[in-house]
This record gives sequence, C-alpha cells and structure tokens, in this order.
Amino acid sequence: MVVQSYTLKDYKTDVHNTWCPGCGDFGILTALQMALAEIGVAPHKVAIVSGIGCSGKAPHYLNAYGFHTLHGRAVPVATGMKLSNPEMTVIAVGGDGDGYGIGSGYFVNAGRRNVDFTYLVFDNEVYGLTKGQGSPTMKKGLKAKGMAEAAVQDNINPLALAISSGYTFVGRGYALNPKATAQLIAQAVSHKGTSFIDIIQTCPVYNDLHTKEYYTEMVEGNPRMYWLENTDYDAVVHDTTNADEVVEKKLQAITKAYEGGTGNQIPLGCYYKIDVPTFEDQISQGRPNGMDSILQPNLWNRNVSNLVESLR
Amino acid sequence: MDYISDVTWMIGGPQGGGINAAAEAFSKAMSRGGYRIFTGIEYHSNIMGEHSYYMVRIGDTQKHNLSEKVHVLVALDEETIEGNHHNEWPSHHGHLREMVPGGVVIYDGALKLDLSGKRQDIRYIGVPFDDLLRKVLVAAGRGAEFNTLRVMTNSVAGGASAAAIGLDLAIYQESFRGGTGRRAALAELNAAAAKEGFDFVMEALGGKSTFTLAPVTKPAKAPLLIRGVQACAIAKLKAGLGFQSYYPISPATDENVYLEANARAQDLVVVQVEDEISAINMAVGAAHGGKRSSTSTSGPGLSLMCEGFGFASMTEAPGPVLFLWSRGGPSTGLPTRSEQSDLTFALQPGHGDFAHIVTAPGDIEDVVEDAYESFNWADRYQMPVIVMLDKKIQSGYQTVDDLAFEKLPPIDRGKLFERNGDYLRYSFDPADGISPRAIPGQEGGIFWTTTDEHDQRGHITENSENRVIIMNKRMGKLALAAREIPSARKITLFGPADADITLVGWGTVKGSARDILPILEKEDGLKVNFLQVRLMRPFPVEEVSAILKKAKTTILVEENYNGQLGDLIRTQTGITLDKRVVKFDGRPFSEEELLDGIRTALKSSDVRIPVTHYLP
Repeated sequence: MVVQSYTLKDYKTDVHNTWCPGCGDFGILTALQMALAEIGVAPHKVAIVSGIGCSGKAPHYLNAYGFHTLHGRAVPVATGMKLSNPEMTVIAVGGDGDGYGIGSGYFVNAGRRNVDFTYLVFDNEVYGLTKGQGSPTMKKGLKAKGMAEAAVQDNINPLALAISSGYTFVGRGYALNPKATAQLIAQAVSHKGTSFIDIIQTCPVYNDLHTKEYYTEMVEGNPRMYWLENTDYDAVVHDTTNADEVVEKKLQAITKAYEGGTGNQIPLGCYYKIDVPTFEDQISQGRPNGMDSILQPNLWNRNVSNLVESLR
Repeated sequence: MDYISDVTWMIGGPQGGGINAAAEAFSKAMSRGGYRIFTGIEYHSNIMGEHSYYMVRIGDTQKHNLSEKVHVLVALDEETIEGNHHNEWPSHHGHLREMVPGGVVIYDGALKLDLSGKRQDIRYIGVPFDDLLRKVLVAAGRGAEFNTLRVMTNSVAGGASAAAIGLDLAIYQESFRGGTGRRAALAELNAAAAKEGFDFVMEALGGKSTFTLAPVTKPAKAPLLIRGVQACAIAKLKAGLGFQSYYPISPATDENVYLEANARAQDLVVVQVEDEISAINMAVGAAHGGKRSSTSTSGPGLSLMCEGFGFASMTEAPGPVLFLWSRGGPSTGLPTRSEQSDLTFALQPGHGDFAHIVTAPGDIEDVVEDAYESFNWADRYQMPVIVMLDKKIQSGYQTVDDLAFEKLPPIDRGKLFERNGDYLRYSFDPADGISPRAIPGQEGGIFWTTTDEHDQRGHITENSENRVIIMNKRMGKLALAAREIPSARKITLFGPADADITLVGWGTVKGSARDILPILEKEDGLKVNFLQVRLMRPFPVEEVSAILKKAKTTILVEENYNGQLGDLIRTQTGITLDKRVVKFDGRPFSEEELLDGIRTALKSSDVRIPVTHYLP
C-alpha cells in the first residue's frame, strides 16, 4: 500500500479571499491546513462545514468538500454529514456568535452526543460581518469600537460550557500562533468523539480591546498566554470507568477555564480529554453487522416482509 | 334474518385506561375473521385521565371514513355516557347521542350509573368485567394473577361486543390463537374471558343479538390492519432511507419512534435531536453526505424548519424528504386533532424563490407510493420534498390486502458524478438544469456549496449574470418535474366523468369523499364525482383545468378555515370553485357531516359552508 503524504498546499484553493488584511482567520485557516497535512488525510476524505459570518467563508479557501451552511447550524449539518458518511473526516467551523449565540442549543447538545467530528470556533468576541456588535464572549462592561455602548449582558465561558455539555476533547488555541494551534487541531481531529477548540482570534477592524499586543503582553511578570503542555497539567482521564476521576478532571478543566478571575491569564492547549464510546460506537451495538452496519449499511435490498406480515 | 353490513363500534374511557389495546384487539379479531375495518381515535393532549374514544367501523366492504351512527358503545367510565361537563367547553357531550335506535351500551357493571332520563330507545347492559375475568382466572387456578392479567377485561368487553353486534363468538375467539410466546400462553384464557362477556350479554338480550352482522368468508390470508405511520415508515425503509432525524411532536412522533424501534435491525440511523432546526439541518447534512434522508414533524416543527428547508433547496441537496403530519393550527393549536391547514404554508416554507416538491397522499395506498417515490424525486431533481399527511391517517387503522411494493418504480438516485476532468457541482451544461452530484469521499469530486448565491463551482458570487442563470437552473427543475411526474401521481378522478356535481379535495378527504359518492347517487339521485388533487407543487395546472372546465357544479371540501386548495386552484388555473364546504374544529368530516355539508351547499346561496362537529 502506497501511503501518500500531503503538504499544506494540497489543502489550498485559489479562491479570492475576502477577509480583511491582518484578520486572525488567516492564522486559523493555515493552522487547519497544517493539521490536515500532518494527519495525512486525503483532501477528498475531508468535509468542512461552516456557519455564516467571516469564518463561514473558510471552506471556500480549503481544498476539501466544503459546506457553507446557515448561521449557527454548522454543528447539526456536520453531525448529519458524519452519520451519513462516516468515513469522512468532518470538521465544523464557525464564529463565536455563530456557535455560542444563535447556535448555542446545538453547541450544548453536540457535546451530549459525542459523534466523531471536530468543532473549531473562531472567537474574536465580535460580530465582524455586521460591523462589530459584541458577541456572547465579549465581557460584560467592555465596549469595542463598533459597539454602541458597553456590553450589558454577561459573557459565557465556552470552555466551561463545553466541559459541562459533555465534549470529550476540549481545548483552546490562538490564531496568531498557527504552528502550535495546528498541533492542537491535529490532536482534536485524531480524537474519537466530538472535539472542540475555542480559538482566540483578533479582529483588527472591530476588536480594539483584545489585540495582538494585548494577548502577547506580560501580566505580573508572566506572559498572558501559556501552553498547558509546558506545565504539569494532565488533561486526560486515565480510568474512564472511575466516576471520581472524571469529575475531578472536569472540575480541573473548568477551574483552568476561569484562571485569572477575569481571564488575565489564558491557558492554551488541551484542557480535557476522555476516550469513551462515540455515538457511532453506541448505535452500532446490536446491529446485524456491528459497525459495518453503520459504515456499509444494507439500504437497497431491505427485507421489510416481517414488518408487513406482523400487521396481519 | 336481517343482516347488517355496516356497523360502528365505539369504546370510550380515560386516556391510559386501555381503550387503544381493546379497540385494536377487537379490530384485529374482525379483520382476521374477514371483515373490512376503518378506525379512528380522538384523544387529548394529556398523558392520563382525559376522555378518549375510539371508533371501529366494521363491514363486508371497505369503508374509507368513519360514520357517527354507533351501534355498540363500550363505556369504561361514566364520562363516556355523560360527557365531561366539568368543563365550560366540554370536549364532548357524551356519546349516547351518536347511538342508532336499538343500539347497545355495554358499560362496566362496577359503575353505579343512573340511567333514568337517558335515551330509552337503546339498551344498557352493565357487564361486571372484573368479576367475569376473576371467575375465568379462578377456574384456571390463576386467581392470584388477577392484577397482572387485568388487561384481559378487554377480552371480556370484546366478547360482550361480539354478542351485541351478532358476531359469531368463534370468530372473535379465533383471533387469540396462532400467536407465539406470552400471547399463545394466554390464548385460551382470553378465549374463555371472551365467552364470559359474550354469554353475559346474550343472556341480557334474551338470547338474541340486537343486530346480526352479515357473515363473511374468512380469507385464506388475513388482510393487513395498518395505520398511516406504519405504511409510511415501511415505505421509507423500502426506499432505502439511511438517515432520519426528529424532535418529538404530535402527531409525527409515532412514525419516528417506529423507525427508531426498527433502526438497528434495518441498518438505519435515527437521531432524536434538540429542536426542529437541528432536525432539518442534520437531515440536509445527511442528504449531502450521500444517504437518503428525512425528517418527520408537524406544523409547529415546520415553522422552525423553514430556514433549513431553504438551505436544502438553495444548495440543491438531494433531499431531505420532510414528512409533515398535520394537526390543528395555528401556533400550538390543537396538538392531537386533525386539520388540513398547512397546505398554503407547505407550498412556501421559507423566504425567497426556491424549488421544492409537495405531494399529499390521501390513503394508505397513496402513502406507500408517495413515501417511496418522494426519495426518487429528491435525488432526481436535487431538491427537498414535502409529503403531507395528517393526524387522521396517522392514528387510524384500516384493512388493506397488501402493500403493493411490486408496483413501485425502481430506486432512481438521479444523475451522479463520474470522474471526468474538472468537476463543477453546479455545472450549467445540462440542458435540463440537473448537474451530476458527487458524494463526499469521491476522488475528483470535491465541490463546495453555500447558502449564499454561488457559481458553478459552488463559490460565492454576487454577479448578476450568474444569478440569473443559476436561478433559472434551480427553478427550471420544477417544470421538468411537472413534465416527468406521471398524471396518476398528480390527480385522480373518482366517479363518472360526466357528473352533475364535482367535489374537489385533497389528503384524507379522499376517503371521506369517495364514500359519499354512491350515497348521493342512491339517496339524492345525484351524479357526483370527486377530483383528488395530490401533487401540490409543481401544480398540475393542465390536468386540474381540464376536469374543472368540464365540471358543472364544483364543491370544494377541505378541513381548514377558508379552503386553501380552493385558493391554490384559483391562483394556478383562474378557476373559482362554486362552493366551499369547510371544517376547522379539529375533527375530520364524518360521513354524516360531509353529506350534510354537501346537501346544504346545494340548497344554500352561501358560497362558504362551515361544518362543525355535532353539538347540541
């Protein structure tokens, strides 16, 4: 068997890119392409599903099956895609407004399900394409330049929400560090189950509060951002049958997500990981051919006569 | 002996009290004995305790609707007789008013009922269901199991009913035999329980049944006793359904749960999701992913699904097929009652100009054909399809000899991608507007799609020339579908072509209208036919116009406020139907109500004739 290797350019298209100069989306796109090359999955075996907004345009710039869907609905579309075509590597992408605002119901329930796909949220705290309104991650009391007034509504903590929703891989990346973020994405895509990464991203046009300078400055002598893998933090649940360990690792991850109180200190990397049966594993139980009944189901020559005859 | 060949049996009681099991067992016994059955149930949006009643119409020929001439009423509680007068607007006024003269009321003898002042032209027989069952169990040495076997009082009631309608007890008893497992083990106990009920009523009637049901020949092979949900779900499995998503909602839930229960054995993936928006989007994702996909819902669910429906059409997804089990609207409306008020909405379930197909099967046979063929249409025309159904066909059992799968066309997955150089998912080349579709995973088949306007490759463009071309391509597929879908799937005319009166309707009104044609001829001397409109989009303009232009007097029959099909026909053909008989109280037309409506329409100068359920 010839193992084909891929490079970043195999995942590129020549479609005219309409993102603003300096947009954090470029870093995430590159990180995703690097991750795919590292995993070595063929472009035609990848489906990228996006919502609406600047991030929603990402599939057009990726050489893979691309589905640019509706605002907030990327997660259910990706779920349907994966369950319909389980041999695809499915990656949902979308913005913070898309995932945590209009798509919040799907965000929570995807965690409960654990279908094997990856969800990347491009988190810049603003609705860019509609000219800079605050998103659900904009902290209460802050006012970015496109906002009419300071945020009155509280912000959510996406990582804590993901942990409590049941995601089996939860991480945080940074758009302006594509190389390390690519490593994190590769881990997430390789994870069996629903993996989620909140990727902090700058919006040079509308987010004048949290800029490249803000994220890289020192806080009380330490860099604002640091990678968990460079610490002794252990994100992995080792004994998945041990309910106490599961809870302990979840609480540890949530504490990490609130580190620094107001988020002054921002840990990057994998916060939580547990390997448990996926949705596909669970529904394959009791099928005539196990997982093959999901992968190559018998659909075209079904015998329904027992169903019909039972009605006589 | 005067035989009776059209009998209605009714059982009423509190929800959760076993009336469904009793009615279905009784229906099964009759259908196995060779009788034709049509049933219907009315129930509340309530888990337990509210009044529910089940009607079973039994005869030697197949009826397609219910009659309100009740011959035998089984009352499991007082409310079935008295009505629920604890409400300012009772959902019913007791069922004695529906009894034919000479009818028999079998009530639970444990109830202390004051029947003085009630109709005296019917018989009341208090049958001690519990005591009779206990007697049977004690005789069998199983008296201690009374509580666990109490459901067998249904067999006592069934035997009692058999006596009242003059059915041979042996036919009823036979229905318990031939099963397996627990059913087989209890067969003789059930048969003995039935005999107790039978003998008790026979004795009360002085040894002679009030009615004598015309004997029929027991068929070599019993017919199916089937509901719309079962016919629909089985046809979907036959069509190769690979994915179903749903959010629980009456009256669509039963179809979803039926599929879910059979998913493992049938290699089907069913997902219960968090809301209808998720359901439709998951189904669209699955359709693009390559499986035949569907979702089933009701009107309120479709309201949430609009956005996703437009997404499917805009991206030319091969589906999903959306099964719309209608109930009374608007808003939450009448969750467990039947209505046909979603037609106008189903024709435009979303913003903008987009293409989709809408079909409205009228009975079990139509449901099998449309539930199956809709997936061929979704694949062939690369657009979503709505199959319109309602609570009446969802919940009502009827006999049919078989599901005619051998008459269905083969599976057609439409134009598929073949590797051949540079692939354009939305290629403008094919003259019929249908571009071959790739299935994700195919090498060389990579494509993009977006809910934004897009070019042949599936990338966003706001260019105006491209916009005109691709809009013409998408919308033009509707004209293609109109040309290719056979006339037999679009409309059907029942009755004489040269009728004096033409009734027009759709959906489950089909059965109600068909049944009254011979009655109007026999009792009123009227030559009447019925035009069933089945394909709603693309609308069969030529076919409908050809019939209506020849028609003398036209009467629309619909279960909604103003006659949505009538408006559609006027928009599409310019033809205004003469009269509109409408009903919007959440209960389908009974045979008597529809006859009243038609007769009133013929006498009245009013154009719109609202019919309501029988009230004092």
